[in-house]
Amino acid sequence: MGLELYLDLLSQPCRAVYIFAKKNGIPFELRPVELLKGQHHSDAFAQVNPLRKVPALKDGDFTLAESVAILLYLSRKYEVPDHWYPQDLQARARVDEYLAWQHTALRSSCTRAMWQKMMFPVFLGEQVPPETLASTLAELDRCLQLLEDKFLKDQDFVAGPHISVADLVAITELMHPVSAGCQVFKSRPKLAAWRQRVEAEVGKDLFQEAHAAVMKVKDLPPADPATKEKLKPSVQVLLQ
Amino acid sequence: MGLELYLALLSQPCRAVYIFAKKNGIPFKLCTTEVFKGQLQSKEFFQINMLQKIPVLKDGDFILTESSAILIYLSSKYQTADHWYPSDLQARARVHEYLGWHADCIRGTFGVPLWTQVIAPLSGAHVPEEKVERNKTAMDRALQQVENKFLGDQAFLTGQQMSLADLMAFEELMQPVAVGYDLFEGRPKLVAWHEQVEAFLGSDLFQETHGTILNILEQVVNKKFTKPSPEVYPNILLRISRIH
Repeated sequence: MGLELYLDLLSQPCRAVYIFAKKNGIPFELRPVELLKGQHHSDAFAQVNPLRKVPALKDGDFTLAESVAILLYLSRKYEVPDHWYPQDLQARARVDEYLAWQHTALRSSCTRAMWQKMMFPVFLGEQVPPETLASTLAELDRCLQLLEDKFLKDQDFVAGPHISVADLVAITELMHPVSAGCQVFKSRPKLAAWRQRVEAEVGKDLFQEAHAAVMKVKDLPPADPATKEKLKPSVQVLLQ
Repeated sequence: MGLELYLALLSQPCRAVYIFAKKNGIPFKLCTTEVFKGQLQSKEFFQINMLQKIPVLKDGDFILTESSAILIYLSSKYQTADHWYPSDLQARARVHEYLGWHADCIRGTFGVPLWTQVIAPLSGAHVPEEKVERNKTAMDRALQQVENKFLGDQAFLTGQQMSLADLMAFEELMQPVAVGYDLFEGRPKLVAWHEQVEAFLGSDLFQETHGTILNILEQVVNKKFTKPSPEVYPNILLRISRIH
């Protein structure tokens, strides 16, 4: 059995892994894990990732969780072009720096913005207090400003002159609030220009393919009571 | 100008960087950052790091933030022993796997008790009991994962030898320990791991690094702990409001 990638393209880190593998022609079996159906809680999936999260990788007997770990594993094993995760000490440090920062900053606000603006009211039928949503969107705004000022600056890409895994992680995060109708790029020409560059590098078709599912989420019918019951406990934390 | 590290030993990621540099004999200038005196909010520090956070590495003109990035940079530049950040594909993947999970489940969680038990009271802020309890539950759950998913039958978090992952984890766990939480009761695997890491560091380096954090309760009681200066209060209150 070759490489297997357990993904749900509704998840930002899954999209980053998917785009990376496809762009680099890495052969893999896609193993869909439907988060909205709670499939990540199954015992079968726990064999692949006891942390019960996506993305997850299975390469023969070797299982691996965490998107950054997966991206770096794939980039090394399949010897992808250097710019994705450069060998140069300082260039690589810039990628590492972004990947670390985004995990405790941008990621949280993008997930919360999408869930509070769309998933809770539309899919779960749960009202989100306006102050909570306002606070989340303010935090998202703050993170976007830092993305522009500290990371992107006057560069073409997040960690330097060339596209890297940092850009894939960043763009897939930003598409999350976009899918909920947040105008992330409208008032930010710098970010909009960067998005165009990333899409061009990745390829428009692949970019759209990776984002098809999440862009359709706003059209999903409300969840049935059984699904709501299943999902509600684990997503309550996203209301805070 | 050689390597400079901007650190405050009250901070978990700063301690991880400090220990790593010291243990590996990496020469550096320690730029102690007075967090409670508002140094992070100063104009000078903004030039070093616009995120107004520590640790920060300055290597000539090259400035780097984020402790895991700093640790990886140092391990590569100074070619430290392989076990810290193994060159083996799968072993290295395990380190990144831990660091990813750590960012979600350890960072931001294990630092909370110092805020609720020491900094909030000192700043006149109050944290609702339900948040304190929620934090305890989160720490509990995380420690279960540490024992079951990461340690398993291994001596260390990502294999049979110590790595950057163990340093990061060890320092985060030190925070609630310093304010009197018992993280180890009923967790023999965790105890064994903790002892191994401590032994590896050696008592001198351990004392040197942890003197400040381990004395914090005593300092507060004896009113020897510097009350935060006014310019730091907004940040403190913001941080406290983010505890969920």
